[in-house]
Amino acid sequence: MITPPALPEPVMAPTASEEPSFEAARNACKLCSPLGAALVFRGVRGGMPFLHGSQGCATYIRRYLISHYREPVDIASSNFSEETAVFGGAVILEKGLENVRRLYKPELIGVATTCLSETIGEDVPGLLKTYIGKHSREKDFPALVHASTPSYRGTHMDGFHAAVMALVSALAQGGPRGNRIAVFPGMVSAADLRRLRGIFSDFGLSPILTPDYGDSLDGPVWEEYRPIADGGTPVEDLRALGQTAASIQFGRILAGQAGPGDLLLERFQVPRYKLGLPIGLRETDWLYDTLAALSGRAIPADRQRERGRLLDALVDGHKYLQGRRAILYGEEDLVVGLASFLMETGVRPVLCASGSRSGRLAEALRAVTPPDQEPPEACEGADFAELEKAAAEWKPDLLLGNSKGYRMARRLGIPLIRVGFPVHDRFGAARLRHLGYDGALELYDRLVNAVMERAQDTNPTGYSYL
Amino acid sequence: MTTDNSRPDPAKTNDLLVEAYPPKLAKKRAGQMVVNRKTPDGVVPEIKANIRTTPGIISQRGCCYAGCKGVVLGPTRDIVNITHGPIGCGFYSWLTRRNQTRPESPEDANFMTYCFSTDMQDENIVFGGEKKLRAAIQEAYDLFHPKAIAVFATCPVGLIGDDIHNVTREMKEKLGINVFAFSCEGYKGVSQSAGHHIANNQLFKHVIGRDDTVGPGKFRVNLLGEYNIGGDAFLLEDLFERCGITLVATFSGNSTIGKFENAHTADLNCVMCHRSINYVADMIEKKFGIPWFKVNFIGAEASAKSLRKIAAYFQDEELAARVEKTIAEELAAVKKVQDEIRPRCEGKTAMLFVGGSRAHHYQELFTEIGMKTIAAGYEFAHRDDYEGRRVLPTIKVDADSRNIEELVVEPDPVKYQPRLTWEELSARGLPHNDYEGMMPEMDEGALVIDDISEHEMERLLELHKPAVFCAGIKEKYGIQKHGIPCKQLHSYDYGGPYAGFQGAVNFYREIDRMVHARVWALMTPPWQTVSKPLLNAEWVRA
Ligand code: SF4
Ligand code: SF4
Repeated sequence: MITPPALPEPVMAPTASEEPSFEAARNACKLCSPLGAALVFRGVRGGMPFLHGSQGCATYIRRYLISHYREPVDIASSNFSEETAVFGGAVILEKGLENVRRLYKPELIGVATTCLSETIGEDVPGLLKTYIGKHSREKDFPALVHASTPSYRGTHMDGFHAAVMALVSALAQGGPRGNRIAVFPGMVSAADLRRLRGIFSDFGLSPILTPDYGDSLDGPVWEEYRPIADGGTPVEDLRALGQTAASIQFGRILAGQAGPGDLLLERFQVPRYKLGLPIGLRETDWLYDTLAALSGRAIPADRQRERGRLLDALVDGHKYLQGRRAILYGEEDLVVGLASFLMETGVRPVLCASGSRSGRLAEALRAVTPPDQEPPEACEGADFAELEKAAAEWKPDLLLGNSKGYRMARRLGIPLIRVGFPVHDRFGAARLRHLGYDGALELYDRLVNAVMERAQDTNPTGYSYL
Repeated sequence: MTTDNSRPDPAKTNDLLVEAYPPKLAKKRAGQMVVNRKTPDGVVPEIKANIRTTPGIISQRGCCYAGCKGVVLGPTRDIVNITHGPIGCGFYSWLTRRNQTRPESPEDANFMTYCFSTDMQDENIVFGGEKKLRAAIQEAYDLFHPKAIAVFATCPVGLIGDDIHNVTREMKEKLGINVFAFSCEGYKGVSQSAGHHIANNQLFKHVIGRDDTVGPGKFRVNLLGEYNIGGDAFLLEDLFERCGITLVATFSGNSTIGKFENAHTADLNCVMCHRSINYVADMIEKKFGIPWFKVNFIGAEASAKSLRKIAAYFQDEELAARVEKTIAEELAAVKKVQDEIRPRCEGKTAMLFVGGSRAHHYQELFTEIGMKTIAAGYEFAHRDDYEGRRVLPTIKVDADSRNIEELVVEPDPVKYQPRLTWEELSARGLPHNDYEGMMPEMDEGALVIDDISEHEMERLLELHKPAVFCAGIKEKYGIQKHGIPCKQLHSYDYGGPYAGFQGAVNFYREIDRMVHARVWALMTPPWQTVSKPLLNAEWVRA
């Protein structure tokens, strides 16, 4: 429950809520699990997401992914009927896989469950095993991976992580240790993924990003039709994950649960690094220090200049941002990463909320808060009805989060800086940058400009010089 | 200008579309694809429709829940809708259809921007979700004191056996407001269509006919199957008013529950989207004696025709004169824009694959600017929407549709009051309870494809390269990768309105803009168009 302080200034420690928690979600601040899984499977080269469930879930999820990325996203489904819901979906799963293979020639099919197949207790691993036994000798047989993604047990972030874990667990193989680095970026933008590749290569390192929808969900126009959009991590690379020199996974929330890095360590003794999402100075420093150590190279001069440029911008922008109050909401790891950066800019993230319930949000926020500051209030399992109520008390100057917060921003008359998922009321969501010094700088420009625009729009004189 | 010779033979196109399928599937799909032919008395070939999409085939279709909650009940502003299920289904249907509404005063309820979900968790799946649903209804009531609360079931609900109707009955008694539920689990039926039917049934059982107050107005009609996308209903409301026609209720654009309750006091039902609402039209006729006929307010000519039909129904000279005056005024403005745009668009081709009526209605608008519809199909329609209601008796109901309840409706002992007999309608030159379907109005040789798949759509684009393709957001970016504009006809690309006369003008201008966008000329990179000179240059250099 969100507990706004009695007075807006100064920020006080939260008091215990007296209001009973709502049973219903009112304007939810989370999406459902198979969406996250579908996103991950589209980050594999030739990867086709396949939902074992009713066709409606696949359609709804496509619609949301497509609205955000403005790119084609195909998701197949086994299309349960009333009858198969009662008697089980073995036949339609096989039929569906056959048709997908024939028409799309995928290199990988990622089968995620929906609430329907989970509720009736389908043994999807068993069914897939049977299918593989029957067909695996056929030409161009794809890799088959299964993620269990009931939405009554988590959010789109849980589905995302479940699919990443499924890829690693099903495909990674051991062998002589190579020099590539396994990278688990989490749910970041397509442009962020492309940038990450560059950051690693600056150190002479070759990353295997899992997933990598940097091209498949933000691609060029087509000269000819392709059944599955180009781009994504090759299946060979996923198999090679067990032979990597080290793994790096981002996200302080993810760090607290069994993650893909842990899996690689446990199964193949791949050294594991768990970092925060590299947004802003400190979290990016952490990444660069790690890369410097792994590669034995110094931080490239260009990157050092980038850091200096970011710092220079923080200096020039402090007059606009210092002391401003922000409410952040969305995917937990993103929220923590953003909070960390905002505190560097002088913005006070008064409330950090998510529809997820990891149980670790407060702790992660504390970890990124400088010792001389109060950590932001954490709110897990939040919905927009609660957020709006809290916002009325906190009186923030800024909101950072997805498009679903627009109504709240409008009512409060404050700018909404769009980050996270979904962003369907702005152009270029796939190209929003956050990671690295330069990504943070782009984000910083947006923040400052939002504040300036607001000041300008609400100024009676209408100054054009700010 | 595209000529017919430059396009592949339509009959062959169908073979090419199914070429990659396994034989059984190819055969099934072939039954859902026809080349349009018309006999002199308007009989068209049979097309298979409303059959389950084959697993693994990527379809445009959504689920029963989407059709029920999203389409039919989504546009009503003063009912609090609660999705009973896990979070996704409710979240995804949260204001995505972009229906607009206009509360009469700032104090009037508008819950359309609100998304209520029981957000079922593990323990609800294991131990049942009725308790949670009851609490959610209570919360919604405490928060808003609405006139009505509606509950929509998603897939897991039916499977775990929650009795949502029992819960809503209890809560209705407890709260003293109308509370009712829809068993619209997503796996029912084969598409949104099943959800329309379920929505129609429940509206009829729980809402329509509860308020007998006869309001003012001499010519009182309902408009059925108009959902106020992009503000269409606002234009139509204005148009009706200028003609002196009183709109009692619209199902369900810009609507309130009060208007539904009062709908049976109108004297005529005008049906726009036949697919989604014909059940209500039929049931109202049986119970209250109000006849219905099909209208279409998409396209200037079609709008004029529809207004004239209404005037003919009431047989009133003053009304007829007002209608004619309005049409004349409007058409003059429309004509001016047509004259400007038509020369640029003449002969260009369009394809429409959308919904259960729009693929038909929007052909009118293309014709009005000289564009030719060479292929069209519905996402969730039935045979009668293609071939006309004359085929209704021959439609076989399969296992998927059999489970959707058909209400048995008898004339109301008190409120049944027949307006016009079918003979009287015929005497006025009007059809009764009829929809002729899309195919009789399409050209000979045009392709008609039901439930087109992503794969077939890609092939169709490659083969025919239409100037514009109308579909939805899911198809949009795949189509545009080919350098062909996609006009969204679910959400109107956040444009519109497109209904009535002013709407027609908006649409002409929009299509003109899209078809002639600068970017299409840039799609081929220079190294492709000038490949020859480049090679020469290289050869010379060598
Ligand atoms: S049933 Fe589950 S998987 Fe399907 S849309 Fe709803 S929440 Fe998502
Ligand atoms: S779970 Fe069922 S009701 Fe919900 S979106 Fe999926 S198909 Fe529709």
